Amino acid sequence: MSEILDIISMPFFKRALVAAALIGFTNGFVSGFVLLRRSALSLSALSHTMLPGIVSVVLITGVLTQLGAFVGSMIAALIVGLASIMVSRGSKIPQGTALAIFYTTAIALGRIMLEYVATGEDLESWLFGSILSVGDSDLYVFFGIAGITLLGSTLFMRPILLTLFEPSVAVVQGVPVRLVNYFLFTLMVMALMASFQAVGAVLSIGLLVVPGAIMAMFTNRTRWLFWGGGLVGATGGVTAVLLSVIFNIPTGPAIVVVLGGLFLIAYITGPNSGFRRSLTVKST
Amino acid sequence: MSNSCGHSHNDGEKHTLSVNNLSVAYRKELVLKDISLEAQCGRCLALVGPNGAGKSTLLKAICGLVKRRSGNILWSGKDALKCRDGEFAYLPQHDEVNWDFPISVRGVVEMGRYPQLGAMKKFGESDRVAVQQALELMEMDGELARRQISELSGGQKQRAFIARAVAQQAHVLLLDEPFTGLDHDHSANLARLLRRLASEDRLVLASHHDLGTLSEIFDDVMIMNQEVIASGTCSEVVTKENLGSAFTHNVNE
Repeated sequence: MSEILDIISMPFFKRALVAAALIGFTNGFVSGFVLLRRSALSLSALSHTMLPGIVSVVLITGVLTQLGAFVGSMIAALIVGLASIMVSRGSKIPQGTALAIFYTTAIALGRIMLEYVATGEDLESWLFGSILSVGDSDLYVFFGIAGITLLGSTLFMRPILLTLFEPSVAVVQGVPVRLVNYFLFTLMVMALMASFQAVGAVLSIGLLVVPGAIMAMFTNRTRWLFWGGGLVGATGGVTAVLLSVIFNIPTGPAIVVVLGGLFLIAYITGPNSGFRRSLTVKST
Repeated sequence: MSNSCGHSHNDGEKHTLSVNNLSVAYRKELVLKDISLEAQCGRCLALVGPNGAGKSTLLKAICGLVKRRSGNILWSGKDALKCRDGEFAYLPQHDEVNWDFPISVRGVVEMGRYPQLGAMKKFGESDRVAVQQALELMEMDGELARRQISELSGGQKQRAFIARAVAQQAHVLLLDEPFTGLDHDHSANLARLLRRLASEDRLVLASHHDLGTLSEIFDDVMIMNQEVIASGTCSEVVTKENLGSAFTHNVNE
């Protein structure tokens, strides 16, 4: 027990807790948009594509920086996004299939490229995250991403919701729909980048999808999808970091497992879930 | 003349929507050929034609949602593409709506106030009144207004979306099959509402398929099948000959 207390009082661990809260909140907040936009699949593809994108930048420049990671993931995402649209337009393959082909190939390619960048433990942290090793400068970046996300989406919540609800009507009403979509896409990529560090390339999509889905089981108010999602993401993240120390398990996977467990509970108990409804239908 | 659509009419002069020689193509196939149309505010105009006649496409083109191949569309003399200030309200066929969106009927209707509010302005008393009025006009007030949109029947959804268009207090209402899903009483109610909107000097342009009710509701009609077959007032245009020519035309020629 005292060992655990020792770890918890260490600076690296405090940083990890703050990082988990910031990353969890940002991703949870944005997960509401992902849910309303029904874009989980394409974001999943995007998150996997980020791995070869970032590794390429590291191979070319020799260092890993936040800016480099951002540029690398954007370029990789654009290539896969455009390619999947082209393939699905030019053939009888549905876009979901095209995306799946591209992103599994992308992550496989990324893993091969990693051979030239990282080994051993380092490799594990690329794929499954390394929140226990975040530095002070990383924290500032996470803080900045959280700030931009909150400020931007609070200021522009109205045009964002109109765009998500019915874009054709929003256009006619004067909402700059294209701009709003670019803004949402940027928020999603930034959130993914933050969670990339926490839970790694393979799992990062979990943080960006699960919290909003949990909230959807409980609330009928759009606003609560975002704020509640943020709260769920942050508490889930912090809880998982603590649990990972207590039970000595890897932190990144712990975060996603905790969120997955919370979703299961939400699905069973939430008033909006089909599970509860199917039970009540049977009993009456 | 009344000023209820929020625009002063210079010396009683009417605003005109004019579509001039409009052609629209999807991929390479022309779906609208050389359409010309003139409509003045204070009138209800119906677009009539068989499936695939291009009624929805024409409404979308006026909204600026599909690319024109040629021709132009003017509202009060300026390009309709620049009318993104709430002058036009659009009721599409809602195939792109996410029905699981957690929002109440009132929330949907409140979205109609965006042109007045923009991103930042606070939702005020005049907005609340406009929303309440629209809900009452479509008989969606009270308990129905609090329901989630996922809990509505098809006709109720349609009424909620019409209420959103009404709450916008737009000058021009572009309605794609507004009577879809409505029962007899609510159809009659909507017919009265369209007449009322026209009497407030708004322009109502709607695609419509029920020839029986055409002349009760609408002043003018354009019969079309990718091109204009006939247009004018209902009594002039609705003839067996014109309808026959529209509805027997081979669409896949």
